[in-house]
Formats: sequence, C-alpha cells, structure tokens
Amino acid sequence: MVPLSYYLVLSGILFACGVLGFLIKRNIITIFMSIELMLNGVNLSFVAFAAQWHALSGQVFVFFVMVVAAAEATVGLAIIIAVYRTRETLNVDRVNLLKL
Amino acid sequence: MTPQNLSPLLCTIPLLPLAGAAINGFFGRRASKKAISTVALVFCGAAFAMALFIAANFSSAAAPYSYEFAHWLRSGAFSVDFSFYLDQLSLVMLLVVTGVGFLIHIYSVGYMWDDDGYYRFMAYLNLFMFFMLTLVLAANYLVMFIGWEGVGLASYLLIGFWFTKDSAAAAGKKAFIVNRIGDFGFLIALFLMIQHFGSLDFTRVFAAVQPMPWEAHAGVLTAIGLLLMVGAAGKSAQIPLYVWLPDAMEGPTPVSALIHAATMVTAGVYMVARSSGIFDRAPMAMLVVAIIGTLTALFAATIGIAQTDIKKVLAYSTISQLGYMFMACGVGAFSAGIFHLMTHAFFKGLLFLAAGSVIHGVGGEQDMRKMGGLRLYMPWTFLTMSVATFAIAGFPPLAGFFSKDEILWKAYSSPSGSWVFWLIGVITAFITSFYMFRLWFMTFFGDYRGAAAHETHDAKHVANPVSHGHGDDHGLPHESPWVMLGPLFVLALLSVVGGWIGIGGRFEHFLAPVFENVGLMQPPAEVAAKGTETLLTLISVAAAVLGLLLAWGLYFKRPLLPAKIAEGLGGLYRAVAGKYYVDEIYSAVFIEPVIEGSTTILWHGIDQGVIDAAVNESAHAAREVSDATRHMQSGNLRSYAGWVAAGGAVVIAYMVWMGIR
Repeated sequence: MVPLSYYLVLSGILFACGVLGFLIKRNIITIFMSIELMLNGVNLSFVAFAAQWHALSGQVFVFFVMVVAAAEATVGLAIIIAVYRTRETLNVDRVNLLKL
Repeated sequence: MTPQNLSPLLCTIPLLPLAGAAINGFFGRRASKKAISTVALVFCGAAFAMALFIAANFSSAAAPYSYEFAHWLRSGAFSVDFSFYLDQLSLVMLLVVTGVGFLIHIYSVGYMWDDDGYYRFMAYLNLFMFFMLTLVLAANYLVMFIGWEGVGLASYLLIGFWFTKDSAAAAGKKAFIVNRIGDFGFLIALFLMIQHFGSLDFTRVFAAVQPMPWEAHAGVLTAIGLLLMVGAAGKSAQIPLYVWLPDAMEGPTPVSALIHAATMVTAGVYMVARSSGIFDRAPMAMLVVAIIGTLTALFAATIGIAQTDIKKVLAYSTISQLGYMFMACGVGAFSAGIFHLMTHAFFKGLLFLAAGSVIHGVGGEQDMRKMGGLRLYMPWTFLTMSVATFAIAGFPPLAGFFSKDEILWKAYSSPSGSWVFWLIGVITAFITSFYMFRLWFMTFFGDYRGAAAHETHDAKHVANPVSHGHGDDHGLPHESPWVMLGPLFVLALLSVVGGWIGIGGRFEHFLAPVFENVGLMQPPAEVAAKGTETLLTLISVAAAVLGLLLAWGLYFKRPLLPAKIAEGLGGLYRAVAGKYYVDEIYSAVFIEPVIEGSTTILWHGIDQGVIDAAVNESAHAAREVSDATRHMQSGNLRSYAGWVAAGGAVVIAYMVWMGIR
C-alpha cells in the first residue's frame, strides 16, 4: 500500500502548482484551470485521508467540492465569455475598468 | 433685645454687601448711576447700621457670641462649619471695616462718577466688604481663609481696575502673586493645626493650646506662629513681602484708602492678634514678629522720604505703620497693635481720601513736584489733610499720638520688649513726621507748580483713557464736591477723637477678655516707673516736632536745599529713591531664574522635549509604518492573492512547526 505521506506530498505539490499558476499567469482561462488544480489537490488529500482512516465523510466532501467546482466553472466560463465579448482579450491585467 | 438674640444677626452683616455686589454686578451694566449708587450705599450702609446696632447691644459679659450658619466639612472627628464669631476684637474690626468702608463708599460716588466702569467699581467694593467682614467675623481659620483669599481677589480686581493700562494690570498680578506666597505659609499653618489640634475653630484650637508649655525652643507652636506670620507678612505688606503694596497704588484712590490702607492690609495684624494664644506660647515666633515689624517700620519710612508720587509716600507710610502694629503684637501688646490699627484706619484712610481729593482737584496729577500752594485752592481738603498729617506724626491730642505712644511704651516696658525696639520706633516716628510734613509742605504750601504743565496735561488726559475723566476745565486746581468732602470731615473728626478712647487704658481694658491668657506664662514685668513713661512720651513728641521742623526748614523755608542735599548724598539718595532696588533684586534673584528655568527646562525641555515630542513621535511612527505597509494595497488582484497565499503559508508553517514540537 502506498503510504499516506506520498498522497499528501503529491496533494501539496498540486496545490502549490495551482497557487503558482494563479499568481503568475495572466490568461484568465489558465487562472481558471489553476483554481481547478488547487481544488483537486485538496480533493486528493480528502480521499487519501478517507482511505487511511476508513471514514466516508472525506469522500462525501469530495463530491461536494466537485459539485461546487462544476457550478463555479459554469458561472466562471459564462463571465469569461461575457468579458471576451466586450474587452476582446483574455488578459486579466487589461480587465481593469473598476480599478482606481 | 437680649444678648443671645444678637448671634443670628451676625451672618447678615457679610451677606448684605454680598447682595449689593450681586445686584450691581449682574444688573449694573444697564442701570443708571443713581441706581447703582443707591444699591451700593444702601447695602453697605445697612451693614454699618447692623454693626452699630450690635455694638450698641454688645455685652462683654455675654461675649463671645457665635452663630453657626451652615455645615461645611464633616470628616470623622474633624469638622468645619460656616460659623461666625463675635468678641471684643472682632467688634472693633467690624466697626472699623463697616464704618470706614461706608465712608469710602460715599466718597467713591464722587470720585468715580465719571468712570465708565462705575457699576463694576461699586460691585467690587461691595464684594470686598463681604469678604473682609467674613474674614473679621469668622469663627474658625478656614472661614477666615475664605475671607482672606476673597479680599485678595477683590484687591486684585480693584488694583487692576483700569486694566487697559499695562502698569495697573501688572500691579494687580504682582499683588496677587506676592499674596499667594504668604497664603502658602498660612495654609501650611492651618494643616499643622489640623494635624496637632484636630480642629480649626478658634475656641477649640486655643483651648488645646492653653495647657501646652511655653516653648523655649522651637516647637510646633513656633512653627505655626512663624507660618502664620508668613501669611500676615504677605497680606499686611511686611518685609520681605511688602513689594506689592507700593505698586498697588495703581488702583483708584478710594481703593488705596479702603483696601490698601484702612482695612485689608490690617488683616494680617488682626490674624496675629486673633492667634495671640498661639503666639504667646511661642516666644521665638513673637520675637520674629517684633523684629520684622520694627525693621519694616524703619525701612519703609526711609523709602518714604524720597518718593515724589503722593500716593507712593502714603503707601510706604502704610507699610511703616503696619510695621508698628506688628512690633506691638511681637512684644505682646496685642491691644496696642489693634488700637493703632483702628486709629491708623481713620487717619490713613483720611490721608488717602484727601490725597485723592488733591489728585482729583489737579486733574489726575500725582507728582508732588507739580503741586504746591493748594491750600488756597482747596481749603477743606487742606484742613482735613492737616488733621491727618498731625495725627500720623503723633501730635497730641490726635489719634495717632495715643496709639503710637502706647506701642512705643509697650515696646520699651513689656517683658518681651526691649529698648532697641523703642529706639528704632522713635527714629521711625521722627522719619514719619518728616516725610509726612514734607508731603504736606510740598502739596499745600509754596506756589502752584502745575500751571506750566497744563498744556501738555490736557493732551495726556485725552490720550490716557483710563484716567478718570473730568468734564471740568483744569486750568486751576479746584475743591472737590461735597460728596467727597463729607467723608473727609467725618474721618478728620475720628482722627482727632479716635485716640481718646485709649486714655486711661480703657481700650486695652475693653479688649482684655480676648487676650486674657496672654502673658500668663511669661515672667512678670518689672513695674516701670510712671516717670519713665512720661519721659518716653515727651521724647516721641519731640521726635515728631523735630520732623515737622526739619520738613519746614527744608521744604518751606529753603525749598532749593533738598535738591542740593540729595546731590551731596549721591548714591545713598539714589538708593533710597530707587526703593533700595528691592524690586530689582527680587527680579534678579527670584523672577528671572524662574522665568529662565521655566523657559529652558519646563517649556523647551519638558513640555516641548518630552510631552510634545512623545505625541509627535508616536504620530510620526504610525505614519512611517503605514507608509511602509500601504504598498500592500497595490490594487493588483494577483498581489492580493499572493498575500493571501503567503499568509496561508505562514499559518500552515506555524501549525506544522507547533505540531513537530
């Protein structure tokens, strides 16, 4: 059996990749994908703990996260399309009309 | 009316002038001058009438009367009440204060009529009467202290009455601050009394002092006595705190007469006499009182010789006469001191009022060198002033002769007296006679010297808005109106007959119950020969006559001689004319260092360096920190996310580290 720590390290790496991508990328699609990556990094640690402690609540949480992520993706993509129609760009730095 | 029923009347005496002050102070601004005068005179006169009524029904057997008006402080066993107390001593003071005060109120109506602040003046005068009567009628030291501070306040307000004039405002401040120093001593004395006797009531304190032994060495009674003397020296202008009184002459002349000659400045003498029970058991304190009084008498008299301002001469004369009173108290002759206090109130009040009449007559001029020959222009003023001058110089049978002679005799013959006090007293009497007749000759004899100065004088009069405005022309001096002359006549009469009540020791006998315990602890006095007393009397009269002759020779017969003598004396004369530079010395020794220390240490050092700096630096630090951290709020969304991530990382790192540990 693969030890728990491996899962956790992989989960941490995934989450860190997501954070990094979120911080340094400018393309809004990529940022969106980075968020998904973070969510899935967390999901991985949830299921790893659930398997370790034989508790189902962790797996149930994962389903909730997936549902929320799906809903978020729907709304987010809709916003991205709307933004692209008006701004004709996917670069977040140029979506700055509300900035001072 | 039975004697017991007299007590409740006591509280009405101070309250009447207070009511007058309140009415004039609050409503006087819009009232007519007639109404203001009526209110001021009626309330003050009512107090006088009440005092006369009480005096008429006063019974030595029933004295002392006391009346508790209201509770004040109740703290455990210690209590102080608003209570009044009347014995022979307060009765004398009561009559002097209300009587002379009422006369001066009448005089003020004439003197201050043209002044814009008339209502204010009358309100202050009534207020002064209230506080002075509180002081005199107090049954304990704390109520006395209210009056004591209150007369100081009234004095400050009235000295600085013409407050638009810088010198008057400064003189008021000076009087107040110097008095404060004395009050400090008085307060400490009160604290000591509370600590040692647990009470401030006169009767209880003196009852507690009664069984205490005679302090041959300094003890608590000596300390209390000396501290009380500090207070008395401040209020009664004795060395070293006399400097405020000459400056106080900036106030209107009726104020100088009422407050700075007749009544307030004698409060210190009254207080020392009132505390005779304490002083009697503290011979060292007594000696200090006597020495201070004697030195002040001589010192102030010598300064009086060289002054040219008519009111300044009288001011130094007042200081000198107060010195006599303290000398009397210091040798245990309290009743002689009070006797002189009373006669002095008559003739010095008269001198000031007459001087005010002179100043009024010549249009605001106070320099005696610009007067002269005024006896022809103002005969009534001349007449009354002459009575006062002869009285203060000690010519029999005028009032000053009896009281001064009594003091000199007691200074010589009393067990705690000494021929040294007597000798200095006689020398002072000679100097007093000399400078008073100098004033008399310079003012009323010779030719009028003010005429030449009159052209410039009118311009000065207009330019100086605070000088009391006369509507009339000042081409020549003129006699004052009857409302001013009336009080002069009454006071002149009193200056003549006021001393007669002391003949045969009647005054002393009257006051004896107040001072009945004084002297019991001391070795019995040697019975002095009657012949000695007569001889000493002759010597003091001779000193007065000598002073008159000298002044006559110098200022009437050969008026040019004094200038030459002054020139011959050089530095000595300048020192005397410059008041021995005491003001300058005080300024250099006390005032300048205080200002310097306050400026460099307290202002620049502590206030600006520590307090202000602490506030400014903390504000500055907050700004620096904000300046550094405000860059976090860049408006860049991803930098916020970065901070969130960094914060999260820190929290996780902390938890991990705690977990490992």
